[in-house]
Amino acid sequence: MSILIDETTKILIQGFTGDKGSFHGREMIEYGSNVVGGVTPGKGGKTHLGRPVFNTVREAVAATGAEASITFVAPPFCADAIMEAADAGIRLVCAITDGIPAQDMIRVKRYLRRYPRERRTLLVGPNCAGIISPGKAMLGIMPGHIYMKGGVGVVSRSGTLGYEAAAQLKELGIGISTSVGIGGDPINGSSFLDHLELFERDEQTEAVLMIGEIGGPQEAEAAEWIQRNMTKPVVGYVAGLTAPKGRRMGHAGAIISSKGDSAAEKAEIMQGFGLDVAPSAGELGATMAAVLRRPRRAA
Amino acid sequence: MDLHEYQAKELLAAAGVDVPRGAIAFSADQAVYAATELGGWHWAVKAQIHAGARGKAGGIRLCKTYHEVREAAQALLGRRLVTHQTGPEGKPVQRVYVEVASPYEREFYLGFVLDRKTERIRVIASREGGMEIEQIAAGGPDALIQVVVEPAVGLQPFEAREIAFRLGLSIKQVQRAVQTTMGAYRAFRDLDATMLEINPLVLTKDERIVALDAKMTIDDNALFRQRGAEAMRDPAQDDPREAQAAEHNLNYVGLDGDIGCIVNGAGLAMATMDVIKYAGGEPANFLDVGGGASPERVATAFRLVLSDAKVKAVLVNIFAGINRCDWVAEGVVHAVRETAIKVPLVVRLAGTNVEAGRKILAESGIDLITADSLAEAAQKAVAAARNQGAGR
Repeated sequence: MSILIDETTKILIQGFTGDKGSFHGREMIEYGSNVVGGVTPGKGGKTHLGRPVFNTVREAVAATGAEASITFVAPPFCADAIMEAADAGIRLVCAITDGIPAQDMIRVKRYLRRYPRERRTLLVGPNCAGIISPGKAMLGIMPGHIYMKGGVGVVSRSGTLGYEAAAQLKELGIGISTSVGIGGDPINGSSFLDHLELFERDEQTEAVLMIGEIGGPQEAEAAEWIQRNMTKPVVGYVAGLTAPKGRRMGHAGAIISSKGDSAAEKAEIMQGFGLDVAPSAGELGATMAAVLRRPRRAA
Repeated sequence: MDLHEYQAKELLAAAGVDVPRGAIAFSADQAVYAATELGGWHWAVKAQIHAGARGKAGGIRLCKTYHEVREAAQALLGRRLVTHQTGPEGKPVQRVYVEVASPYEREFYLGFVLDRKTERIRVIASREGGMEIEQIAAGGPDALIQVVVEPAVGLQPFEAREIAFRLGLSIKQVQRAVQTTMGAYRAFRDLDATMLEINPLVLTKDERIVALDAKMTIDDNALFRQRGAEAMRDPAQDDPREAQAAEHNLNYVGLDGDIGCIVNGAGLAMATMDVIKYAGGEPANFLDVGGGASPERVATAFRLVLSDAKVKAVLVNIFAGINRCDWVAEGVVHAVRETAIKVPLVVRLAGTNVEAGRKILAESGIDLITADSLAEAAQKAVAAARNQGAGR
């Protein structure tokens, strides 16, 4: 198994006929993802990349049985697209879009809580690289060929750091069960913790690499949860040790504005809760390899 | 995007928040004229910069005569004001706000933030105003009155009332404080703010609740629908290199080190800086060229990084996903020829079409140092910067 997606997951592309939707749609199909169609309001009834196009997500779900979607919708309209997918019963929405207003995300998160837990949508992103279960399916924009199938789960805020980790692991002959990008925005759909819970239950996953960065409380919350609930080893890393206070480092959420936001504090918290912390981004793979060589503690 | 105090007050006043009468001035003459027009007996002349802690740094002057207003404006305008929030280089004072100063009885704190933990808007108030929130918070958990706003319905009057009563106000004053709190909340919500701080909020001798100072930050991601706020942008408050980068949709943050960085992706860019430090060097900047690193973008990035005289070596670290390494390599070759770079250049390419990219670099005849891994790239850049430093 893997988490979130595999080769059977029926995928819908929101913003299917645009440049980005077309480019990445083609890449996902080539990788083997089960793309069943797309949505572009006003283009319903057409065929694109050999797949049907629908006006609304509801129509698309009724016709294709789609379970997951990926959004390539422009920032002013993306919150609306996410809520549309949730209302149509899509269980997993991956929002690639960078630039959604934070207050739109507050509304989206509130909206998702309308539904009972058993049918609630899991949102991944926004402002993320997406999800890949190597050898099975890709719901994202990453270069698929750098990922090798295996037993390490990766959850990362940053897309390119996720790629870096995949490449370092592959170099050492270590594969990945699923890699998830949770995105660089201050308010995101799912946190490290949401995915750690899934990795803990996943049989294919033996260990998890968690790649955080400055800003926000999610790394610390995850570290505390790991100590209390996780039997699988977790390697942590936090980018931004050299980032100055109060300055936004590219990602909307990467800013040190309150206590606990800095990379040094987060790494210390992770260590305090028993995680192995990679001393540098150049040693993500090596740290994981060392952890995997160690005898497992009893579950 | 940060706003100036006078801009934030203008927006707050439009939302029903009581603010002192004031006018903006770009010269000493305008400041004196503003004081005569405003009337009153005392004026505060306040330097307008995108940073707090101006009072302690001498950026706010209380004046009793027009002559003092002139002197205050002359002293402030045209200089760089250094507060403990600006960094040693300070911020340029190009405008002063002249305000009618009235006596007040009490000072409070009222703030609104986008709270990342609850993923909601949080209202924070305190009986202790006029000092920084960190200091207030240090007074223990009871020092802060907090309300987390339910997004489905927004802030409710009863919540604003509870805050006002806990501030220890009388019933008449509470009504005015509720109006202020609700108005400030509406401004925060409708203007897509991420931070609004009214500090101090004061109770005047005639029992009005007045915003004496205001700091506001607007969500950059929402500027497409906040055109009025966007028009208030003051690029003079930004680092010139950062402003130039922003024009080209690049993310640049200047630092104090000597190794220039050009990287794709914010996370990898931060990590590259950290790896340089780990290897014993100091990064000169954060720079994310983004996903589609076209030759033009790479050339612009080179120009930006090289415009920093401290830079003794440049490290290019690209992990190509959507963009291909051969494309990036062409950009690097193009940029190196165009900018006539005089410091050592270390290039690390990985990802899509990496072999083709390396071939382009090797065949270009350009003098550069290549590296395969992130750690190796950082070590080579640190060594190159040291040699360069020793040679000078």
